[in-house]
Amino acid sequence: MPEKLNCQTLLASLSDYVDGVLGDALCQEIERHIAACDNCRVVVDTLKKTIYLYHETAATTEVPIDVRARLFHRLDLDDFIQK
Amino acid sequence: MSESTSQAFSLEALRAGDRTEFARLVDAHASQIYRLALKMLADPQDAEDVLQNTFLKAMQALPSFEGRSSLSTWLYRIAVNESLMTLRRRKPEVSIAGNGDAVDDDDYVPTQFEDWCCLPEKELLSSEARTYLDQAIRQLPEKLRTVFILRDIEGLSIRETSQALDLTETAVKTRLLRARLRLREYLSTYYGERLAKEST
Repeated sequence: MPEKLNCQTLLASLSDYVDGVLGDALCQEIERHIAACDNCRVVVDTLKKTIYLYHETAATTEVPIDVRARLFHRLDLDDFIQK
Repeated sequence: MSESTSQAFSLEALRAGDRTEFARLVDAHASQIYRLALKMLADPQDAEDVLQNTFLKAMQALPSFEGRSSLSTWLYRIAVNESLMTLRRRKPEVSIAGNGDAVDDDDYVPTQFEDWCCLPEKELLSSEARTYLDQAIRQLPEKLRTVFILRDIEGLSIRETSQALDLTETAVKTRLLRARLRLREYLSTYYGERLAKEST
């Protein structure tokens, strides 16, 4: 990343920035930097996408029916297996 | 599952051993615990063992549960410990006190600058891509992987993650940033190649 100091500052605040918990002043400063620094813009965009992809793929994973049944059996909750 | 989305349970009934209430608790949280174990261990049988042991331990410990964290966070904490024990059994040379693979303390500087965000959703979420996403998360050191799973996959807050892992919020934030940057780097290599193929 070419603008060393600003890029480093952005990196340190990156998580707070993508989580939307950064103060307004620093947020605006980062947005100004991103507008001028293509590498940082790509890092921000692909980082957001990385988080999104993991969230998307995991949200669909439910405990399988047979696994749930064995869990209830192990917990001596057989009478609750039928929902 | 964050505190705000968790269902309300009667702690009094759970502590008293009410089976109906405990069955409700299991149904409300089984998927999140199974998901966590599957991501941590990448093995369905091990994940099922962790799932069962988590709720067995919870059942035994509920009478003394003090409610300093939410039930959800408490269950995650038990499940993380169970998962780490499983990993230790696989790699007995690593001590439990060591808390997993070493993490390079140097600042992690991005080296990949391909903008793959424009790839179509079906390419980003293809079955091959999903397999790669799983492989990439397994490449993370344990300390980083655990924080990333709880915060970014399960959606716990920084505070809940720190409670589940018994870490300071600062440590959680530091590990989270490193985990995110490393995964972004891995994914940039993979999707960068897809991008290059598309443009040829």
